[in-house]
Amino acid sequence: MLWSYTKTTAFYMLVLVIVVISVFPFYYAILTSFKSGTALFQVDYWPTSFSWDNYIAVFSQGAFPRNLLNSVFVASTTVLLALFLAVTAAFALSRVRFRGRSLLLMTILGVSMFPQIAVLAGLFEVIRALGIYNTPWALIFSYTIFTLPFTVWVLTTFMRELPIEIEEAAIVDGATPWVIITRVFLPLMWPALVTTGLLAFIGAWNEFLFALTFTSSNLTRTVPVAIALLSGGSQYEIPWGIIMAASVIVTVPLVVLVLVFQRKIVSGLTAGGVKG
Amino acid sequence: MSSETIVPPKVVLAKPIKSELLTQRVAAARWFLIPMLVALAVVAGWPLLRSIYFSFTDASLTDLYNAKFVGFKNYISWTTLKSGRTIYSGLLVDPVWWNAVWNTLRFAVVSVFFEAVLGMIVALVLNAEFKGRSIVRAAILIPWAIPTIVSAKMWAWMLNDQFGILNDLGLRLGLLGEKVAWTAQPDTAMTAVLIVDVWKTTPFMALLVLAGLQMIPKDIYEAAEIDGVHPVKQFFRITLPLVRPALMVAIIFRLLDAMRIFDLIYVLTPNSSATKTMSVVARENLFDFDKFAYGSAQSTLLFVIIAVMTALYIWLGRVRFDGGIDRCSGVIPRQPPFICWCW
Amino acid sequence: MANIQLKDVRKSFGTVKVIKGVDLEIKSGEFMVFVGPSGCGKSTLLRLVAGLEDITSGQLLFDGEVVNGLTPSKRGIAMVFQSYALYPHMTVYDNMAFGLTLEKGSKEQIRERVTKAADLLQIGQYLDRLPKQLSGGQRQRVAIGRAIVRDPKVFLFDEPLSNLDAALRVATRIEIAKLHEDMNSVTMIYVTHDQVEAMTLADRICVLRDGVIEQVGTPMELYETPDSLFVAGFIGSPKMNFISGEAAAAYKAHTLGIRGEHLNVVSEGGVWNGKVIHTENLGADSYVYLEMGMEEPVVVRLDGNNNYHSGDVVHVSPMEDKLHRFDEEGKPIR
Repeated sequence: MLWSYTKTTAFYMLVLVIVVISVFPFYYAILTSFKSGTALFQVDYWPTSFSWDNYIAVFSQGAFPRNLLNSVFVASTTVLLALFLAVTAAFALSRVRFRGRSLLLMTILGVSMFPQIAVLAGLFEVIRALGIYNTPWALIFSYTIFTLPFTVWVLTTFMRELPIEIEEAAIVDGATPWVIITRVFLPLMWPALVTTGLLAFIGAWNEFLFALTFTSSNLTRTVPVAIALLSGGSQYEIPWGIIMAASVIVTVPLVVLVLVFQRKIVSGLTAGGVKG
Repeated sequence: MSSETIVPPKVVLAKPIKSELLTQRVAAARWFLIPMLVALAVVAGWPLLRSIYFSFTDASLTDLYNAKFVGFKNYISWTTLKSGRTIYSGLLVDPVWWNAVWNTLRFAVVSVFFEAVLGMIVALVLNAEFKGRSIVRAAILIPWAIPTIVSAKMWAWMLNDQFGILNDLGLRLGLLGEKVAWTAQPDTAMTAVLIVDVWKTTPFMALLVLAGLQMIPKDIYEAAEIDGVHPVKQFFRITLPLVRPALMVAIIFRLLDAMRIFDLIYVLTPNSSATKTMSVVARENLFDFDKFAYGSAQSTLLFVIIAVMTALYIWLGRVRFDGGIDRCSGVIPRQPPFICWCW
Repeated sequence: MANIQLKDVRKSFGTVKVIKGVDLEIKSGEFMVFVGPSGCGKSTLLRLVAGLEDITSGQLLFDGEVVNGLTPSKRGIAMVFQSYALYPHMTVYDNMAFGLTLEKGSKEQIRERVTKAADLLQIGQYLDRLPKQLSGGQRQRVAIGRAIVRDPKVFLFDEPLSNLDAALRVATRIEIAKLHEDMNSVTMIYVTHDQVEAMTLADRICVLRDGVIEQVGTPMELYETPDSLFVAGFIGSPKMNFISGEAAAAYKAHTLGIRGEHLNVVSEGGVWNGKVIHTENLGADSYVYLEMGMEEPVVVRLDGNNNYHSGDVVHVSPMEDKLHRFDEEGKPIR
């Protein structure tokens, strides 16, 4: 009796530790973001003071609002583009038997394994040549390298699982592959599209290396770069309060999205992450 | 075989009639694939080739087009002095580069090890039935959802030498004798990086392992329970072997992913040679030090290392990519691995 | 409306031969049932006729014209799938109209045809519903309706009743039979592994085994004069009894086949005797299982109930004119 009581207690202690460690940094960032002046440099575990100063500062000085817009624009455009290209490609890869299909899938997987740094030099040249350096298009262009293989791969696995008889019924009804995709599969796949799109969106939203390299002015930067480069004159002038406020602003929408779509994301990430 | 009477094929049609349906579908497939292939060629294939090409030239950031071909000079070159001594130079004898390689490998192995162990523990907890499970699952998704840059900044603040809460906590609990400059000191910088990476990536590992755990039929455990098998033994004899395929895929994807770490280190411990990885060093040379060709050589080498690891994995794991007729054996990665590197 | 001919049709998937040369003619307006154990190739054969798989070699003719290369829709076929395969996101009306809208028919024309088919199948009141709001039987009707609307020359069924429960299966079977009467000019091909469906629906049955045709004939032909041991055992319920050894040799056969309903119980001096091991009373008739030293017990089918108990010894005589004699290769001796 005592043993099982101890066991239960220990288990809930473990659960508590997991939850606290997961949540604490975010909680502490929120806590810090509402502090101002000297309160910032006092370590507190619970809220003691409250002020909007940092948030006001984030929006009034610098190009942060513009950076937010850039991020939204770049991430959404990238995702829409990738989904558009991926849906048709996924149909071909999941539903049509043709020679070289496995090789193609392997190539796509290979591209997704690329270290981004390996293409950085060549991509820089292409972007300069296209004249899109330091514009959002440079990012939309370069983000395709990871959003496209990802969306193709995930949608291919999703489409493979759609019942074959429905497609055959459509064939008997006289539907061409294009009609099958647009009028039969797409309506059935929208949950998959939402999940895939959301994951790709988060990926694009969080990207740093390309954004750092292919933009050079305050007005064209995305949020992660802006946050990384927020600084004062010397090390002791790092505006921690403002950085935390910016961090919270960037993260809250993501956390809300992730919590709302929790189930979908977990199954999208893992539903048979391995198929045995 | 059955007693099939073998009739020699009588009039075989001159050529089998190609079904219109098949032709139509294959043609459609071709058109459907072309845009994607073009896109991938332009954003991945061509840039990769150009990067490799630059590594054999003396290109500089300001002058990409008049680059001269210099062979393997960026990788290795030597001059023999009059005294007879040979001096080697180039990437392959560059101590800074090898330090970066060592840092990368150390980071990859240690972080993935801890992520696997902790991910397994979290997955086991999530796999148990208890009140508030959904809260825990939501909680562990938070580190995963936070952008890497943001988490680097949050932890940089928490690890701050003067005002950081971790130093404060350490002092209060008596774990630390004095305040530690976690991110600045060479001997703790890597630890700081590892802490943040493990914090951020363990949830992903846990979710993958959890998916593997949930595929184990419950009645196996019931049977073990009836046979009186001790829970610890159950874990090593039942859970671990059955979840191993899922765990291995997750570990290998994470390893490949960790090999290219850039953003966390760039933000958390800038300019610390104790943590500079291959990607960080390569980018420095490319864009900060105006050694474009040299940086290209470094990125090419990193690409080769990862390509070899990937090839090895595919070959060893005999990954099946074709879900066609035979879907019985082998491990099919449902997700491309990079899903971990976006975060 | 269409006469279908298969000439030495073969199909292989890679190196696996599934259909090993089938010659068959299906007459216009005929109801043909492909029957056989699972894996015999009956579904593949149907899909070859439908055009969902391409034919490896041989010819498929509709009304004397080779259609090997034509797409399913150009062949003028309609198909009812095992899982119904309704479009889950479309209403019943849209499901039925989908094929017609692709043919670019006028709106009124489509409406008229859908309504007519819906009335015929009594699903008129469900036209606005989604498939998930319907019961299994209703979904099956919609699937049939979708096929009817296309006004096909050839109507294909791929095990359409296997997802229904027993009671509904009988009711739907009767409806399909009625449908065939109403649409008697349409050629129908029906795949099933259930020989009762085959017997009750078919004008002619084609028994398949391992990718070749075992026998083609009317239900009664198959029942009365099976061309092989396999067909004899496959058609009829309960299964035909097979008797080998000396008892068969007495009739100059390697194996004797006799159906349970063709065995008479006699009080004494029967040709064979056996010990009762089990009895089943079904009300209208009853089965007595006898142990006679064969591989399987011999079943005797009696009208009404019986009072035999396990252990009783029973004497039986076959109706001589209903005996089937087979040689070593399983071919009938006539």
